Amino acid sequence: MRTLYQFHGGIHPPGNKEQSTQSGIARAPLPSRLVIPFRQHAGEAAKPIVRVGDRVLKGQLIGMPVGFISSAVHASTSGTITAIGAQPIAHPSGLPDLCATLIPDGREEWIPHAAPSTSLRTGFDYRNSDPAELRRQLRMSGVVGLGGAVFPSDIKLRPGNRKIDTLILNGAECEPYITCDDMLMRERAAEIVQGAEMLRFMLEAGEVLIGIEDNKPQAIAAMRQAVADNGFSFEVVAVPTIYPGGSAKQLIRVLTGLEVPSGKLPTDIGVQCFNVATAYSAYRALAHGEPVLSRIVTITGNVRRAQNFEVLLGTPVRDLVALGEALPDTDRYLMGGPMMGLPLPLQHGGAEPSGAGGAAGQLLPQAAGFASNVSQLPPTDIPLVKASNCIIAASGRLFPPAPPALPCIRCMRCAEACPADLQPMDLFWFSQSKEFDKAQQFSLFDCIECGACSYVCPSHIPLVQYFQFAKSEIRAREHDQQAADHARERHEFREYRFEREKQEKAEKLAAREQAAKQAQPAASANPADAMQQKIQAAIARAREQAAASQPKNTDHLTAQQQAEIAEIEARRAHIHELAKSADEAPDNHSEGRSQ
Amino acid sequence: MSALFSPFISKPDTVSAIMLRVLLALLPGIALYVWHFGPAILVSIALASLTALGTEALMLRLRNRPVRHFLGDNSALLTGWLLALSIPPLAPWWLVVVGTAFAIAIAKHLYGGLGNNPFNPAMIGYAVLIISFPAQMTHWLTPHGLGPVELGLLDQLKYMFVGALPPNVTLDAVTMATPLDTLKTRLHLDEPVGQILEMPIYGRLAGHGSEMVSLGFLLGGLYLLAARIITWHVPVAFLGTLFAAAGIFHLADPTHYAAPLFHWFSGAAMLGAFFILTDPVTGPTTNKGKLIFAAGAGLLTYLIRAFGSFPDGMAFATLLMNICVPLIVLYTQPPVFGKKAKASGKGKGQP
Ligand code: SF4
Ligand code: SF4
Repeated sequence: MRTLYQFHGGIHPPGNKEQSTQSGIARAPLPSRLVIPFRQHAGEAAKPIVRVGDRVLKGQLIGMPVGFISSAVHASTSGTITAIGAQPIAHPSGLPDLCATLIPDGREEWIPHAAPSTSLRTGFDYRNSDPAELRRQLRMSGVVGLGGAVFPSDIKLRPGNRKIDTLILNGAECEPYITCDDMLMRERAAEIVQGAEMLRFMLEAGEVLIGIEDNKPQAIAAMRQAVADNGFSFEVVAVPTIYPGGSAKQLIRVLTGLEVPSGKLPTDIGVQCFNVATAYSAYRALAHGEPVLSRIVTITGNVRRAQNFEVLLGTPVRDLVALGEALPDTDRYLMGGPMMGLPLPLQHGGAEPSGAGGAAGQLLPQAAGFASNVSQLPPTDIPLVKASNCIIAASGRLFPPAPPALPCIRCMRCAEACPADLQPMDLFWFSQSKEFDKAQQFSLFDCIECGACSYVCPSHIPLVQYFQFAKSEIRAREHDQQAADHARERHEFREYRFEREKQEKAEKLAAREQAAKQAQPAASANPADAMQQKIQAAIARAREQAAASQPKNTDHLTAQQQAEIAEIEARRAHIHELAKSADEAPDNHSEGRSQ
Repeated sequence: MSALFSPFISKPDTVSAIMLRVLLALLPGIALYVWHFGPAILVSIALASLTALGTEALMLRLRNRPVRHFLGDNSALLTGWLLALSIPPLAPWWLVVVGTAFAIAIAKHLYGGLGNNPFNPAMIGYAVLIISFPAQMTHWLTPHGLGPVELGLLDQLKYMFVGALPPNVTLDAVTMATPLDTLKTRLHLDEPVGQILEMPIYGRLAGHGSEMVSLGFLLGGLYLLAARIITWHVPVAFLGTLFAAAGIFHLADPTHYAAPLFHWFSGAAMLGAFFILTDPVTGPTTNKGKLIFAAGAGLLTYLIRAFGSFPDGMAFATLLMNICVPLIVLYTQPPVFGKKAKASGKGKGQP
């Protein structure tokens, strides 16, 4: 048997997973209205390529990936686009984002799976395909990490400077309450392992380890069976149930004994890690030409009927909540688990936001202060997206508010629980006294915001909130410096492109126009573009880190949309302290913050 | 209303519950104290508790803190109890009141209150008393069965509050110097250790009666370990160093230096190892730091006992080591995940 390793710390919160695993995955009924954000992934938002009034088919590309780190967005069902504009989404900042509103026609009419407009092809033999082509397929199919970090999978599959020895499939699902991966593994194990084989092929990885926490015996059995049925030599490993054992770096440590060095990626030590649901969607995309149109979401907590549903992307949370039959004393919804989840903003009066983001203004104060004085909770219109693994209905009974905080008594319980080997009480001290350089010196940015420290603190200090605050403060301070660097980078890049275009003009005058039009940065293969990609990648990465204050891509929008976005940006500047987004986290390259 | 931000769940652990369990862990020692020395200690503890809570409430009000919220954390009570257990039980009532009030008002609140005080408040209280009122601090009760007379509860109360002893009873008849103190004075008179320990005030390991109280604190300490309220680092390092230091001297010259077990079960060693040095607020936050801190305290305690002018070294050793805490913590930071020189393989075989 494989030798397993331990990571420091960790906690054992009650699992509360039985409630939602009593019955299998059910398909949620077609909603009357879908709101599909153009940014459901880490990186640049996809560029809308449909217009208001267009009829779209199920699976049709509506958002084109833009830039190196980006992914495609599709119509989740057939129907009519009735609005394109800023709408409330689930984001820690509470800021709205660009979305398409789609009114389904109820016919679920698919695109031909090999439609040229999307360049998707069905069921090709991946073993005889060029891995670059496969990656393009994933990008155009909108395959991103479904563990929570929604990082585009094609980027993680690019060959790096080091050979990948081990592909890890993350089925740990360590957060309490969440069971979507568990149920997916129980019911669709064959597709997951076939997807894993495709990922292994693209990475040219040696071994494949599938890590599943030992509180999911059925999932482990199903996955073992699927591995055996397919004749793969993957190893399904039951790992001890401990939070946050599903965090990528911790799972890698448990399975291989290797520690991803601070500030590095798993690939730097020859490991790559994907969530099981990501492997599943990679399989659907490559074997069947199906883009990511739905995902499994757990509805649980203060509900009558906790269960997992396969939900079309863009379905309002309210529809899922209705399926779960939330109990009357529900006063809040969480997206994600109770350890790292995000409280969804509540909408007063239940007014439907108009397509142009009219509700955004009234959303903000709530997001900022989490004010909740509504007696009757109106269901929320926030759409379910690729990152939404779970909706928990919360009540004071289920999640009583922590008693008021006492001073830190330096009892070290937080340090004993910290999986990153940090000293949270010191970080707390520095964050509180705004000694940010000290906090950084004490490795603030190695904090994975897992909340284990807050969980154990007998003084009930909201430690993670302090760390998020400190991180966003530091990022904001560094922004000025970065802005200058970006300007220089952009200038250099422009010069480079200018040079290249001059050459191209001379050499292939005839092909120039077409090339310039089609050269989507990551989707082309000529060597000059490879260079361009590298530069773009660097810019994208830097931009990722400063995303809080970086303007989004606003090309090709109507004047009205641009005005709206400018307005949003102004507000964004105001509350950037709160904009501590998951996809700005420095470790966002590794999938599955918590899963 | 439900919790406002992540994590939405937390361990049902509170400062108040932790402190309460520490107080509970003191009970076996206190029970044995009463058994061997009579109920005076209970009066001291009650006085200390009242003073601690009163001073705490007053200071919280002066500092504009929510009184009720903080008063419930039980930390002031613990300070009061530890101080009461460190000073002679048959002392004028104001001794324990002055010590406790000083500990809470000055050593705790003037340094910023709960969590911010660099020095152990109970030990500051003790130090102030032993320096200011050395005479009152040396009248320890004689254990049952050893003295010519024994005082009942009423007599003890009378002495504590009005300073009157029953007719024909002198203070010397009901009190004595501590076993540690007696050993020290007699050694100065060039008596060998073996002969001194033949005296009736000594029991099997150390002082008659007081050794049992130490045993009670050891029991309570083991409970704290089992309940994971403290870690093993401080008691092991403290008792280990004390044992080693006493052992070396004892081996070299058994006529002048008492055996290690004598030191373990004398004075405040057990109380210190499990209840005083383990105070999280004034100790280091790293495990390595705890080892250094407690080892230092063990060595200092021994040196003060063997060569210093005070009978017991616990309080001063604690305070001296408190001073070193920031430095110890700074130099014992554990490596962060992914920043270790080499990822160590803490392998754990799976069946
Ligand atoms: S758990 Fe809380 S009280 Fe204890 S050291 Fe950490 S922050 Fe301080
Ligand atoms: S939130 Fe950060 S500091 Fe707290 S336990 Fe997790 S990694 Fe450690």
